Amino acid sequence: MSHYTLDARNSLCPMPVIKTQNKIAELQAGDVLEVTCTDPGALNDIPAWCRINGHLVKETHESGDEVIITIQVNG
Amino acid sequence: MSQQRKAVALISGGLDSLLAAKLMLDQGIHVEGINFYTGFCVEGHTHAIRKKDKAKPKRNNALWSAEQLGIKLHIIDIIDEYKDVLINPKHGYGANMNPCLDCKIFMVGKARQWMEENGFDFIITGEVMGQRPMSQRKDLLPVVVRESGAEDRLVRPLCAKNLAPTLPEREGWINREKLKDFSGRNRKPQMALAAEYGFDDYATPAGGCCFLTDKNYSDKLVDLWRARNKKDYELDDIMLLKVGRHLRPQPHYKLIVSREDGENKFLKGYKKQFASIEIQSHNGPLTLVDGELSDEDFRIAARIAARFSQGREAKSVTVKITRNNGEEQIFDVPPMPASEIKQEWYV
Repeated sequence: MSHYTLDARNSLCPMPVIKTQNKIAELQAGDVLEVTCTDPGALNDIPAWCRINGHLVKETHESGDEVIITIQVNG
Repeated sequence: MSQQRKAVALISGGLDSLLAAKLMLDQGIHVEGINFYTGFCVEGHTHAIRKKDKAKPKRNNALWSAEQLGIKLHIIDIIDEYKDVLINPKHGYGANMNPCLDCKIFMVGKARQWMEENGFDFIITGEVMGQRPMSQRKDLLPVVVRESGAEDRLVRPLCAKNLAPTLPEREGWINREKLKDFSGRNRKPQMALAAEYGFDDYATPAGGCCFLTDKNYSDKLVDLWRARNKKDYELDDIMLLKVGRHLRPQPHYKLIVSREDGENKFLKGYKKQFASIEIQSHNGPLTLVDGELSDEDFRIAARIAARFSQGREAKSVTVKITRNNGEEQIFDVPPMPASEIKQEWYV
């Protein structure tokens, strides 16, 4: 299991979702991806995308103007 | 046991594509959704930026539809490929800069490609014959079939009974009798079917999903092309057309003036790409400057920006100009009176 990060700041939904989707396509089951966004819409959209595609959102939190979402691939 | 057939559904986030996919799921078809992002999709953007929209749920309707249906959704970035559709539409534009027929042909063609690459059997769309003036006219539906290359693997479950049987119907993969015969602009049959399925929180029926159908947005795009003397754009260009007030006091420059805090934050992300004007002495907007400006142009631009600040009635307002090369300059200007801001400057 490896830990990866993805910078999706300064892009508006659905780009953070597309970037997350494309990054996860490169990862293995069990890998963890931490996505940083500035569009608060990502707080809804990325977890929704994870639910329908079978990935686990381990944590979401906000830090200043940033939203950080931690995902376990096929978790 | 017969093989389970697989269909890829174009999911826009609207009611029709939701219902079309649901009808196929009910027939035991394995359905996965595909959603294309052109850069002009209404979904989400302004919700994310503007404060007045904060009360609305920040959901992506395509994702919401997929979740209601219990299907996977693949969101595909087609921003670059879409440029040719918009810039050179074979079938022309609609009322504004919307190349709806070319867009539909392109998207169904991309879905066909995806279907072939992923071993799926057919394509589903939520089209309803006669519902839209450009892309869903009875005489134009066959054009989509032909020019997309989908041919008889394109199923339109909501109006299939009005059309010739497709391959999945002829082969018995799906039962034609369970498909619908909707037509025209009347939305009642779709709303009744939605109620039957228990869908009650869907996106506005027949609501526009593309900024290109919007006159104000289209005017800004045409202005951008005219000013640059070429029909081209990058994603940042078309994002910025959605944000702020756009004023063109002279043909060689345009101002993008934020209207509220959310837009201020968004425009800040572009400060390295554009010259900018910030109000120092009062609360006020961030203004991006697109073009090459002389010192006098900057002075006029600063007076305009000051007009939109809380110092609009003050004798003078302190502004900070940051030029494209990063050089900063701070000076005082009298805000431009409202009467001097010409209506034709607004793009």
